[in-house]
Amino acid sequence: MRRQIPLLITFFVGTLIIVSEFIPHKPFGNLSTSLEGWFLIISGFAIILGQLNLFKVNIVKISRKAPNWPYYVIALVSFSVMVICGILWGTQQQPGLIPYSDKMLNFFGYKPFDYIFKYIFENLSATMFSLLAFFMASASYRAFRARSPESTLLLVAAVLVMLGRTTIGSTLTGWIPDSLGFLHLPNIASFIMKYPNTAGQRAILICAGLGVIGSSLRIILGIERTYLGGK
Amino acid sequence: MKIFERFLHIDRRIIFVLIFIGVALPLIWTLGFNLEVTENVQSVYDLLEGLEPGTRILISFDYGPSTKPEIQPMAIALMEQAFTNRIRIIAIALWPMGVQMCNEAFEKVSAEYPNIEYGIDFINLGYKAGGMVTMNHMAKDFRRTFPADAGGNPIDEFPIMKGIKNFDKLGCVISLSAGDPGLKFWVMIAHDTFGKPVVGGTTAVQAPIMLSYVNDQQQLVGLLGGLKGAAEYELLVNKPGFATKGMDAQSVAHLIIIIFILIGNIGYFATRKKDTLKA
Repeated sequence: MRRQIPLLITFFVGTLIIVSEFIPHKPFGNLSTSLEGWFLIISGFAIILGQLNLFKVNIVKISRKAPNWPYYVIALVSFSVMVICGILWGTQQQPGLIPYSDKMLNFFGYKPFDYIFKYIFENLSATMFSLLAFFMASASYRAFRARSPESTLLLVAAVLVMLGRTTIGSTLTGWIPDSLGFLHLPNIASFIMKYPNTAGQRAILICAGLGVIGSSLRIILGIERTYLGGK
Repeated sequence: MKIFERFLHIDRRIIFVLIFIGVALPLIWTLGFNLEVTENVQSVYDLLEGLEPGTRILISFDYGPSTKPEIQPMAIALMEQAFTNRIRIIAIALWPMGVQMCNEAFEKVSAEYPNIEYGIDFINLGYKAGGMVTMNHMAKDFRRTFPADAGGNPIDEFPIMKGIKNFDKLGCVISLSAGDPGLKFWVMIAHDTFGKPVVGGTTAVQAPIMLSYVNDQQQLVGLLGGLKGAAEYELLVNKPGFATKGMDAQSVAHLIIIIFILIGNIGYFATRKKDTLKA
């Protein structure tokens, strides 16, 4: 029963949603809207569950002194600081439990939560993402070798797009007359992006879409059961 | 021939240092290369220019601080164009940190437009979990999906929300997106299901995927792709900002990468020739 009931609920809800797409009238339309409302409520609780899980996983790792355990301590401390600041003093738009004095607000410019978010979290996040540039540069140097016709094609396309998608590309071929505009680097880059790239992407998207339909049907019909957990 | 072998094994720290210098210097000293507006960016601009003053548009902030350098300039430029044309903005976030991104953009832009009033010309409805289901639910019952703004005030208190029950009274939907939930889902729900014009801004990494939706069916009317898209939009609204400055840095970084790729290939061919001769 522990597996049959969830399977039945999945089958019923999945079928109902599909039917409501084709018959958006009563009672299917209303039921579908109500189910969407339930989903939003469950999503809200899922966030809380995720946070509790974060705590649990990190505490277990710290207590077992797992490799790099000090990092888990930092994660938990950072998380707790943000939660405490948010609850006690609130955010820019939400009031907290304790009133935040205007004097402090004028001094820092922001409430503690917003201050940490703006001046620490944002910069750390942007830094992490920016580091990709360094690794991509190193990886491009090693990977883009004209070893075969296919890799040569990839290399040439990559170089043309890289140049065409920057201001250097416009400057380098800006002198080309309009009659030879197709040789202008941004135009070449646009052509590559618009035709070969889009054709490839569409093929991938259509295949992915068919895959999603297949997986969804397997879940609705109870063939795919891994989401229930266990074996 | 040793030099060619060295070309194949350049220490990656050298690449890192050169990329760092290549990015940092143009941010300090602007080089001012030519910037051309592409068709997809022009389409976004034209769509907003074509809206009547007073029209309400929905901007979904579906990104966080990690992609802020690329997407925030788009948000600022779009807001500037909207406020200049008296277009009213209803902002939401499908990413938790999108709320702060929206607040920061509004804070920056509203300083230049003292007549803009919160609740009349702009509203931030905050974050809602649920992704695609949230979009679908909004399209059917906007007020139940977002009963209050980000500050917890009921939306009925704000004139900008008057008569908004679904997507019908929105001029268009704009998604500034760094992944899922984001622009792809907005195309599927707002355009494909409910027929609203959708435009968007994404990171450069995502742009090739999203370009498939810029088609004759106008699933996406236009697209701002990465920092270049943002810089082009700044050019269109005639307010050069961070993206315009960043384009120089990005251009130099690309050039450095291309030079290293060329060096690597010269080394590869030179040493291959040598190996073939030996064999």
